[in-house]
Amino acid sequence: MKRSMQIFTRPWIWSWLAAAVVFAMTLALTGADGATGLAYAALSFGSFAAIVGLGQMLVMTLGPGNVDLSIPATMTLAATLGLKVMNSEPGNAMLGLGVALLAGLLTGGMNVLLIFLLRLPPIIATLAASLVYQSVAIWSNRGLRIKPPEALADFATGRLIGVPNVAWVALVLSIIIWIVLERSLWGRWLLASGQNMRAARLAGVPVQAVRAVTYIAVALLASVAGYLLASFSGGAALNMGSEYLLMSIAVVVIGGTSVAGGFSNVPGIWGASLFMFLVVSMLNSYGAGAGLRMVLTGTIIIFIVIAASSRRGRL
Amino acid sequence: MENVASGNAPIVTLTDAEKHFGPVRALDGVSLSISPGECLGLVGHNGAGKSTLVNLINGGLAPSAGQITYTDALGKDTLNPMSAGVRSVFQELSLCPNLTVAENLRISHSDLKGSGWRRRAREEISAALDQVFPGHGIDAGIEVDQLSIAQRQMVEIAIGFSPRGSTARLVILDEPTSSLDAGIAEQLLDHIRTFCAAGGAVIFITHMMGEIFATASRIVVMSDGKVVADRPTTDFTRQGLVDAMGHVAANSDPETQSEKRVLTEEILRTPQGLSAHRGEIVGLSGLAGHGQAEALARLYFESTSSWRSLGSKSQMVFVAGDRGRDGVLPLWSILRNASITVLGQGKWLLDHKAEVEFGKTWKERVGIRTENIDNPILSLSGGNQQKVLFARALASDAPVVIMDDPMRGVDVGTKRDVYRMIREEAARGRTFLWYSTETAEVCECDRVFVYRNHEISAELTGDDITEDQILAASFEMQEA
Amino acid sequence: MQTKYRILLPVISLAVLLAATFWMQPRTMSYFGVNLLFNLAVPIALATIAQMMIIMVNDIDLGMGAFVSLVACVVATFLHDTPVLGTFMLIGLILSYAAMGALIHRLELPAIVVTLGMSFVWGGLALFILPSPGGASPGWLRALMTSKPPLMPMAVVAAILISIVTHLLIMRSGIGTVLRGVGGNTRAVQRAGWSVIWLKALAYGLAGLFAVLAGMALVGLTTSADANIALRYTLLSIAGVILGGGEFIGGKVSPTGAVIGALTLTLASSFLNFMRLNPDWQIGAQGAILILVLTARLLFAKREVRT
Repeated sequence: MKRSMQIFTRPWIWSWLAAAVVFAMTLALTGADGATGLAYAALSFGSFAAIVGLGQMLVMTLGPGNVDLSIPATMTLAATLGLKVMNSEPGNAMLGLGVALLAGLLTGGMNVLLIFLLRLPPIIATLAASLVYQSVAIWSNRGLRIKPPEALADFATGRLIGVPNVAWVALVLSIIIWIVLERSLWGRWLLASGQNMRAARLAGVPVQAVRAVTYIAVALLASVAGYLLASFSGGAALNMGSEYLLMSIAVVVIGGTSVAGGFSNVPGIWGASLFMFLVVSMLNSYGAGAGLRMVLTGTIIIFIVIAASSRRGRL
Repeated sequence: MENVASGNAPIVTLTDAEKHFGPVRALDGVSLSISPGECLGLVGHNGAGKSTLVNLINGGLAPSAGQITYTDALGKDTLNPMSAGVRSVFQELSLCPNLTVAENLRISHSDLKGSGWRRRAREEISAALDQVFPGHGIDAGIEVDQLSIAQRQMVEIAIGFSPRGSTARLVILDEPTSSLDAGIAEQLLDHIRTFCAAGGAVIFITHMMGEIFATASRIVVMSDGKVVADRPTTDFTRQGLVDAMGHVAANSDPETQSEKRVLTEEILRTPQGLSAHRGEIVGLSGLAGHGQAEALARLYFESTSSWRSLGSKSQMVFVAGDRGRDGVLPLWSILRNASITVLGQGKWLLDHKAEVEFGKTWKERVGIRTENIDNPILSLSGGNQQKVLFARALASDAPVVIMDDPMRGVDVGTKRDVYRMIREEAARGRTFLWYSTETAEVCECDRVFVYRNHEISAELTGDDITEDQILAASFEMQEA
Repeated sequence: MQTKYRILLPVISLAVLLAATFWMQPRTMSYFGVNLLFNLAVPIALATIAQMMIIMVNDIDLGMGAFVSLVACVVATFLHDTPVLGTFMLIGLILSYAAMGALIHRLELPAIVVTLGMSFVWGGLALFILPSPGGASPGWLRALMTSKPPLMPMAVVAAILISIVTHLLIMRSGIGTVLRGVGGNTRAVQRAGWSVIWLKALAYGLAGLFAVLAGMALVGLTTSADANIALRYTLLSIAGVILGGGEFIGGKVSPTGAVIGALTLTLASSFLNFMRLNPDWQIGAQGAILILVLTARLLFAKREVRT
């Protein structure tokens, strides 16, 4: 009895429960035939949210005031540059990925420079820098819409054992990050820094290195997400990242990661990412207009946050 | 000040007051009353229930059972501590650092309204400061975060005694002298005596026995949530008081050190003149807030990097005294808190078994009182948390251990354990840099640096290390 | 003593930018020129003040832009068509902001997430009211915003007025002091017998009030509204507070600085227009200016520590 109740004390369970409920409610309307299709779509679209969510989670684990607002700009820039260098020619997929990662490394490095050299609050630093990245993306793109190489597009939209390839990629990334957080020295350092930066420093944790690596990691994850998203949707668009700013923060919080820092939760990111997609598709299938859909999405986010916090209060 | 006495009706009366936190009985049936003109010394070990009692009296907590009644200045019964004139000055600083001294008075003085309230606030707080701490030199228009810790504490005490629209009748002082130097503390004790003579009442919590005997008219001893003794001060002797607290106290005189060790090579010297030899216990002393803690923090920050970690091979480790700010990682277990410094041993993936083994060893060695080292660190008492921080530092191979007043708020038993460990480690060749606010502790050291105004004013060794010498070096200039 | 100097840097940044603009386009050095430069500053300044109220109590509002957009939609439709109903709706919006503050405090929710969630709600409601751009500004509002006071253009007069009122409210008044105290040390304020939940509600309510004023000013200038009209105000308002010398935690804010920060941001985009910069780089240059000013602030702060 006690053990079976214990699962409800896990911070990630709520996002998964919410996703399951919304899934069931959608099927109640559309019928069980749509189940596979809906799950497939949720996994595909949820993957992008999960990848950027993982990055944002690492940053938010660093504690209050740490958040990366340049994720959308980095996604767009990485995707634009990646597609440009591939130029739709076959065999260039890895080159494109490399360029995208390089773009992420540069934006992440730039953020780190601003945060450390200029000692700017990360919110302001990433916000100001994202305007610059956005400009670079606009300038390099010039309104062209370059298609990804066919093989890459096929991979991004394809599946393996019934699961979308993008979901496999996101899953591998999640497992790597989970191992880093739970089983590695660096993960311990990150969690310690997030609880109390000064105490961690006095305990010998190289806190600045931890912060720098974290801000670069989030940019790399964002660039992977941008690259995959552009391949998935047949090209880069200048506003392709915009919805992922709010999305990345929302999935972190719904997923049960502590906004106060020092505690992160990988499984919760997945539950939250699936949930965010499923809510929209549920409201769509119930025929809600754009306005109502947004109102309900917002309300649901807030209710989940309240539910998660009152559970915390009881423990 | 108008006369605050209103007959001799007790200002506050507790009848069988209890407070439970879950299964823990923090306060287990306390009956107590405090009358005008009394200065009540409240003593007891950590976890004896002093803070809980104080929080019940000032209305911060509601009792789980029993009742608390107050009498206001007009002799009327009331249930509201505020209208009875009960004020608290807390151990941890409770000022708003972004506001000026005068603006902070506004926070606790809701009657300061209308045009010109700023001028009136300035006048009131300046008057209160002048009364308690003559010659304080604090500008009421300065922001609190520009003040030193001692000055902040002074402001806080002054706000506690200031009229604030009514009259302070019962002022609760929780370790008020912890960051004050001797001269300022004496001013405060003077004021307490004057205040009580004029009919005010004070509850005074302190670790300093001398202060209790110098000011209290009555002493209440607490242990395990109960009042175990409640008598006039004249009925107690120092030894009797310590016995009443329920610990076999260490002799208040420091145990005389067996022999002074022969000096070995110097391993540390800062441009400011701080130096240490291998295996030496170096004390930092002087009045509180004169730059000792900052000197140690700076030494640590400059000798270690925030970009790379050497793990257990680092040159220096730090034992924090301000646990909340500098030491404890609050979300973690005891084990994780203890292992963070030595973790990994150069490998990136962690060895879970080795960590558990490490935890077992150190739980024994420093004697952490817990059933399970996977319990949260915050489940421990302050003294045991401090032991975890000691374990964290001592477990590394670092040749230099920096200690920033680590005995703050630690009970006698823990202190004795720690003294023993420090001696053993020093004998093995480790160097300790130890800042302490207790002169008796500093007198135990092999070499003492006395700080004044953020500079070293004296370096004492051997037989020169005496309380008198340290005091002389701390005060010198201030006599003029 | 920092507070007294905190205002210096924002003033200097604005002066430098203004001088550069005048130097590049001497014709702007006139009544109409200045009016043109700062035309859109009034709603941004009000939104920045609103954001400052939230930052003052150690929270941050990521839904400010969506909320101002919603207000604009209400103003351009209900307030224009049925003024009484419109007024009640605006009051209701202010109260809902206050309620949001109370909720955040009561349940100890992270403000960043609740305001984020609410931004969906505000945005959805705005779409509901105005699915496509339209509406009209109430005549009196239009007249007020485009009026031409003697000596100084409306934008400047309004900016001065806003900074005086908010300075008196936040820096000088007793309740403003207590509100800043909440940002500095919430527990101390609570122990002194204040109801922090009411104070938080008050701070959020004030934020709602100024955000409503921002939406009204915006519609007065643009004469119509749409559901996305002010989305960029979220970031602009945060940047404005910081440019104005405010800090994210600790209740260290400066209302006058915030207004100046908002003016600086507005001027920066006008300035870039005059530079005939390649439009691709306009956004980036704004970011660069923001970084530049913050760098200057750092150098400034360093000097201060040394002296």
